[in-house]
Amino acid sequence: MTNLITDTTTVFSRELRPVLRNPFTVVFSMVQPLVFLALFAPLLPKVAGGSPLQWFVPGIVVMSCLFGTSMTGSNLLYEMQTGSHERMLVTPLRRPALLVGRALKEIVPVVAQAALIVVVCIPFGFRLHLTGAVIGIVILSAFCLGLGALSYTLALASKDREWLFWTVQQTLLFPLLLLAGMLLPIENGPDWLQTLSKFNPLSYVVDAERALFNGDIWAATTLTGTVAAVAVGALGLLVGVRAMHRSD
Amino acid sequence: MIETHELTKHFKSKKALVKAVDGIELTVAAGELVALLGPNGAGKSTTLRMLTTLIPPTSGTARVAGFDVVRHQREVRQRIGYIGQGNGAGHSQRGRDELVSQGRSYGMKVADARRRAAELIDSLDLGEVADRTVSTLSGGQRRRLDIAMGLIHAPELLFLDEPSTGLDPQNRANLQEHIIDLRRRRDTTIVLTTHYLDEADSMAERVIVVDHGRIIADDTPERLKATHVGDKIILGFEHETDAAAAASRIPHKLQRYGRELRISVVGAPQLVPGILDDLRVAGLPAASIEVTRPTLDDVFLTLTGRSLREGGAAPESADDIELVEV
Repeated sequence: MTNLITDTTTVFSRELRPVLRNPFTVVFSMVQPLVFLALFAPLLPKVAGGSPLQWFVPGIVVMSCLFGTSMTGSNLLYEMQTGSHERMLVTPLRRPALLVGRALKEIVPVVAQAALIVVVCIPFGFRLHLTGAVIGIVILSAFCLGLGALSYTLALASKDREWLFWTVQQTLLFPLLLLAGMLLPIENGPDWLQTLSKFNPLSYVVDAERALFNGDIWAATTLTGTVAAVAVGALGLLVGVRAMHRSD
Repeated sequence: MIETHELTKHFKSKKALVKAVDGIELTVAAGELVALLGPNGAGKSTTLRMLTTLIPPTSGTARVAGFDVVRHQREVRQRIGYIGQGNGAGHSQRGRDELVSQGRSYGMKVADARRRAAELIDSLDLGEVADRTVSTLSGGQRRRLDIAMGLIHAPELLFLDEPSTGLDPQNRANLQEHIIDLRRRRDTTIVLTTHYLDEADSMAERVIVVDHGRIIADDTPERLKATHVGDKIILGFEHETDAAAAASRIPHKLQRYGRELRISVVGAPQLVPGILDDLRVAGLPAASIEVTRPTLDDVFLTLTGRSLREGGAAPESADDIELVEV
């Protein structure tokens, strides 16, 4: 019979299937990060330690995850409107599985996108430190799991008010992104901005990714980044599972 | 198969309390095909949503397939199939994939789910479209796919919420055939809601008329019509005097309009030959005859004073206002 794990697997593989059937969809949500990579990175000043890409690429990897994952709730929103979410609610699938399976699927495009960005950047002088990058992506996955869950929560709360979902998502997206120092270093900014940045969990994730992608595995930022990512992951799942139970 | 007691669902709109379902007592035996008939906002869908565990009742109880819908949701869900008003299959998915996932949701093994999916694709005539993205299918194809999804685990009890809404007449007829066929071959208990009178009339052995959240009639379509409306026989005569003389001979409730008699009876087709014979023998032969049989709409009209055909929505239609569960 079924248990929470088989149920989660059922939901996870259902979510993943359209992506596997049409892998190109993974690239769609990457358009903006790729634009930044192509048009913004060349503006960065040359630094002593090598290519500015070394500093910029980890930020773009996180950005790509942020764009794709924060939007993912819109898929659920659409399924709530067409009726397939309701159909699944009538099956014996356990309610946590309906959320966790969906959120877990977010890890797949994150890994694929990170790999794609790295591959694209290597010819332009980006140096890959494989171990660090892999650890970085594991940490990022924990973050995305939570972010995806929060995006689904937002979808469940929005119900048929699609505008509400997009307003909240867009309103939060750019402050999170800019305050994490993804495009420009926060250290050069005014004090108030730096203070705000400290309250953004994403800042710690971005810092950790920068160190890890440069092969600096034992940096303190790895620990703080892991804590921030796991905290977001746990919080997201907790809130999301509660929301899914309540929507029942 | 279904047993409810004082099943009630109230919603709160801005100020007023909407009694969407107001104390429904419903018993459905195994193998029945039952139609819930009523205008939009009558409480049909809300009743179905409670019976399928989608929303909890405000008060009252319901046992479905042997289990309580609140305390044993999973057991109920395992045993029922549900085909809602929307599309069960995700629009970005492929039909066959969705069928297999659906089978997995009920704990079927992958191989079993695949086999069963292939069977249903075949019997619902979906072979050509099962491996296409759902969003590219026509309305009728999607609806058949929905039916297949609801049947993947061969449930003993199947709920259909407005199954033929939005379909053209041919697809509607096709769908009705599938449902009747399912009933005949598998003995599945079927409960459907509809606001199409002809659908309830032609398919269901039992029609439950719902209005303002209450059951106002519950019987076979034939008996509902006989009990609440009855047939009309309209006889025309050459002369008014013949009509008047004939009126005194006919032992049924009637009214005379000039040369015309309007007779209200139950079972007109059986009574007409006798009446005509009697009149001929008495030298009062009818010049014309017309028999009108009632529709379920006449039944609804008699029961509520409103016609279903004209929309006839209950004043506080539950679909139009933002509602909060109570």
